[in-house]
Amino acid sequence: MSHHIVELKDVGYVYPDGTPALTGIDLTLLHGESVGLVGANGAGKSTLLRHLCGAHAPQTGRIRIGDTPVVASTLREVRRTVGMVFQDPDDQLFMPTVADDVAFGPLNIGLPPAEAAQRVDRALEQVGALHLKKRPPYRLSGGEKRAVAIATVLACAPDVLVMDEPSANLDPRSRRLLISLLRGFTHTKLLATHDLDLVLELCERTVILYQGRIMADGPTREIFADRALLDSCGLEPPLCMQDCPVCGADRIACPH
Amino acid sequence: MSIDTALLELRRLDDLAAQDTALHRLDARAKVLVTLAYLICVLSLHPYAVSRLVPFAAYPLLLALLGEIPLGVVARRAALALPFVLFVGVFNPLFDRTVQLHLGPLAVTGGMLSFSSIVLRSLLAVSTGIVLVAVTGFDQICRALGRLGMPTVFLVQLQFLYRYIFVLAAEATRMLHARELRCAPGTRPTLREYRSLLGCLLLRTLDRAGRIHQAMLCRGFQGQMPEQRPKGRFGAAEWRFCLAWGLFFLAVRIYDLPTLLGALAGGLLR
Repeated sequence: MSHHIVELKDVGYVYPDGTPALTGIDLTLLHGESVGLVGANGAGKSTLLRHLCGAHAPQTGRIRIGDTPVVASTLREVRRTVGMVFQDPDDQLFMPTVADDVAFGPLNIGLPPAEAAQRVDRALEQVGALHLKKRPPYRLSGGEKRAVAIATVLACAPDVLVMDEPSANLDPRSRRLLISLLRGFTHTKLLATHDLDLVLELCERTVILYQGRIMADGPTREIFADRALLDSCGLEPPLCMQDCPVCGADRIACPH
Repeated sequence: MSIDTALLELRRLDDLAAQDTALHRLDARAKVLVTLAYLICVLSLHPYAVSRLVPFAAYPLLLALLGEIPLGVVARRAALALPFVLFVGVFNPLFDRTVQLHLGPLAVTGGMLSFSSIVLRSLLAVSTGIVLVAVTGFDQICRALGRLGMPTVFLVQLQFLYRYIFVLAAEATRMLHARELRCAPGTRPTLREYRSLLGCLLLRTLDRAGRIHQAMLCRGFQGQMPEQRPKGRFGAAEWRFCLAWGLFFLAVRIYDLPTLLGALAGGLLR
């Protein structure tokens, strides 16, 4: 496999109603890289993610995952490589129990039930949710749902983890748990989120989308320090890089 | 009862289904088959045969007893169906006025008999369904139906219905709440408002269905729901359960047990 694990070249997509969603997207994710995809509402983040799991086919340009081009005939292989965690865990947890849900992917790949069961246990253990195994998904809290949704994807053993708003609707502690969980993963990760502080903690590289175009792509700290850039893309610096909330002084100089 | 409470009640059945009694351990297919036979027997009785329905109450009662299901829980849920049932049968006494029998001074018409028969039959059927869910679990019932030959398409529909009823109801509750907050207190939604609320809910549901399908495709779905759990065995206990109840249903379906018992008791008294 090439070390360019995800490669988008000049990808463009226009919604059926004529709204351009993505224009000339060039993006390459390297093996093991953790990249934050940020942008205001409607910037095209979710549409871009949908292209990576084959839910949308690019109207112009091309996408490769490893050595495989993303086209209709390779979708099964692509989906095995790319694990997509949806924004709303309720969309992802559709089976009667947590165990059934986590086993859904492995069984669909054709693993024998005994091996699938092992994968279920391993994936649930990784996200610290083994005790929820027999519960129905609608009985879980928001944080638990998120953890199990991640386990359902981990059980398929993907090389690339693609997450849409992983920290949305989580309370601070669940968010913190999620961050430490994701930090432990060695997968190539692409996190689309509005939570810039999360990006700062997890991603060494950040891509800014604005009106369907890539406006910046570089080291996270540098990008978040460029206030003019953030402002022009409808974003604000992460909270931890904003001025002191007590005296308004620059964060580093401030005594508070 | 609000949507929230109704759903909490539904969840209570899940808790009851998680119990571990001999009846709960029985293969779900046996319980489903016997219940189907039961429903056929009850629903095929003559509309005037009210007294013959009484022995059929034994099945849900005994099941609830053996499965340690509180009767109050069953009664409360069965009562939910009552308004619909009453509505279905309410005109019978008006249309069918032929006198069928006399209870002392009271002349009982065919309409009154068929009305009580509809109510009784529906209550029996509904409470049996509730008891079945409480001693088996909805998920197990679906799997049993699948193993009995129900096509996967219907099966998946049923499972998804049960899974998403909570999500859908939560959405509906939020929409109703949002409407209430912008209305004069106590006003009920007009037909027009209901129309747009329902339309909105339908669109959201379609959206969600699309997303769920996408999530399934992402994890390799190819039209078949995978089965992971070890399959239960249809052993001696299951056969015994089916045979015993089957014979009982046949007996009370063919013979008019209450009349026979009445005649016997009358004979003894004489």
